[in-house]
Amino acid sequence: MGYTIVYLSLIVLIPLATLVVKTAELSPGEVWALATSRRAMASYQVTFGASLIAALVNMVFGTLVAWALVRYRFPGRSILDAIVDVPFALPTAVSGLALTAVLAPTGWIGRWLTALGIQAVFTPLGITLALTFIGLPFVVRTVQPVLEELEPEVEEAAAVLGATRWQILHRVIFPALTPALLTGFALAFARAIGEYGSVVFISGNKQFETEITPLLIMTRLEQFDYAGATALALVMLIVSFAMLLTINGLGAWARRRAGHA
Amino acid sequence: MIEARAVAAPAGAPANAPVAANDEPAWVRRIVIAVAIGFVGLFVLVPLAAVFGEAFRRGIAAYGRAITDPVALSAVKLTFLAAGIAVPLNVVFGVAASWAIARFRFPGRSILITLIDLPLAVSPVIAGMVFVLLFGRQGLLGPWLSAHGIQVIFALPGIVLATTFVTFPFVARELIPLMEAQGAEEEEAAIVLGATGWQTFLRVTLPKIKWGLLYGVVLCTARAMGEFGAVSVVSGHIRGRTNTLPLHVEILYNEYEYQAAFAVASLLVLLALASLVARRVIARRVETT
Repeated sequence: MGYTIVYLSLIVLIPLATLVVKTAELSPGEVWALATSRRAMASYQVTFGASLIAALVNMVFGTLVAWALVRYRFPGRSILDAIVDVPFALPTAVSGLALTAVLAPTGWIGRWLTALGIQAVFTPLGITLALTFIGLPFVVRTVQPVLEELEPEVEEAAAVLGATRWQILHRVIFPALTPALLTGFALAFARAIGEYGSVVFISGNKQFETEITPLLIMTRLEQFDYAGATALALVMLIVSFAMLLTINGLGAWARRRAGHA
Repeated sequence: MIEARAVAAPAGAPANAPVAANDEPAWVRRIVIAVAIGFVGLFVLVPLAAVFGEAFRRGIAAYGRAITDPVALSAVKLTFLAAGIAVPLNVVFGVAASWAIARFRFPGRSILITLIDLPLAVSPVIAGMVFVLLFGRQGLLGPWLSAHGIQVIFALPGIVLATTFVTFPFVARELIPLMEAQGAEEEEAAIVLGATGWQTFLRVTLPKIKWGLLYGVVLCTARAMGEFGAVSVVSGHIRGRTNTLPLHVEILYNEYEYQAAFAVASLLVLLALASLVARRVIARRVETT
């Protein structure tokens, strides 16, 4: 018990507190100026924009994948189920490298995109694709167990009472899935905003265009601009905290729901 | 509800309707399956295959050279060393923390659970950065450390600390729900029968949690070996000295040594796949015990 708290403090709390202490060395005005510089604002836009789109894409396709895995039996299902975890297991640097190779104009997919006049590498599109890759397991693994728990009786009852399949989906299944969908979305989003490894290779890191906030922090650190890095990190930390609380709140909501059902 | 079903069934809907009531038409099913496989295939399988494609582009000999390069081998060694220190630390913590959380009710318990999750929510770059702020040359403890000739940042201790930070929650997160579900009756019985706390842990608790623990260890190890962002901040990228495998991949790539970068990356892919297989096998054991 005491050991738990000491170790937690040593490894997590004290280091994170350092960040706050370091920020306190600056005046609030300075922090604000550093955290809202033009370059910082541009990086937030790229980071949060790409993360939001990626999380939305994952919410749609991840749910579809979870649906196929739970409801249908088809050859290769267990392999598909296993592959979903790959983005989670793969080191982020490797993910970034692999996606860059595939999406580069000479790559297996990039070739086709180039033919269509689309450039993925070194653009916000590439960043979004990388963030979609790493976020996929979060949605699937959150929605999947909830789908498995849904009782077929409820759907049968709705069908017997004359509901069409679409109505059942819309009125019965979807409301039951909502907490899981939102949790999956929040997890994918939270992961995406902090993501570094899988993005740096594909983004090209052009200032104001494809520079994500974690990378900007990295750049500031390499220039020994600790004040600049700290201010940005504080913004990220606050957002992460908010996401963590949101996710916990969603979890509590889902449990309450399950309790009532 | 049951009554309604009993009435409706003999009433007999058209022959093709009853199935459709609880299932989508075949064409919808096929499209959903195709999209699911297509999405995962395109996003996950193709990039994975591309790593091996690029790694073997110049033949097996070049592949062999890339992964037996002394710098690559030292990166392998450092990766295993860092994981070898970080994982046991987190195992001990994970067991202790889940013991405390699952067995006792105390004020701040839910805060503790949230705090354990914190490293998962924090960007890896920030995870590395806080250690630079703490132990770096301009850091809070920097002057004291350099006065005593201890180097943390740009050296092994920093890499181990950053790795420990990012892999911190994995074991505890697996064990907390498991131990909560199992309850403490058997431990209490053991204590009543005269076992010491340590005997109880070794003979009663450990056998009950061993598969869950192993699962957490696999997750923790996989992440420890693959961590990039956090380690990148604290390592200083000194070739052959403070480079882990993922960092070595980045350096090779930035030096336009593409084939070598992908060859080393393919080692990490194999490690990741091995961890996935291990997880599947262990997950099955967790379910059956």
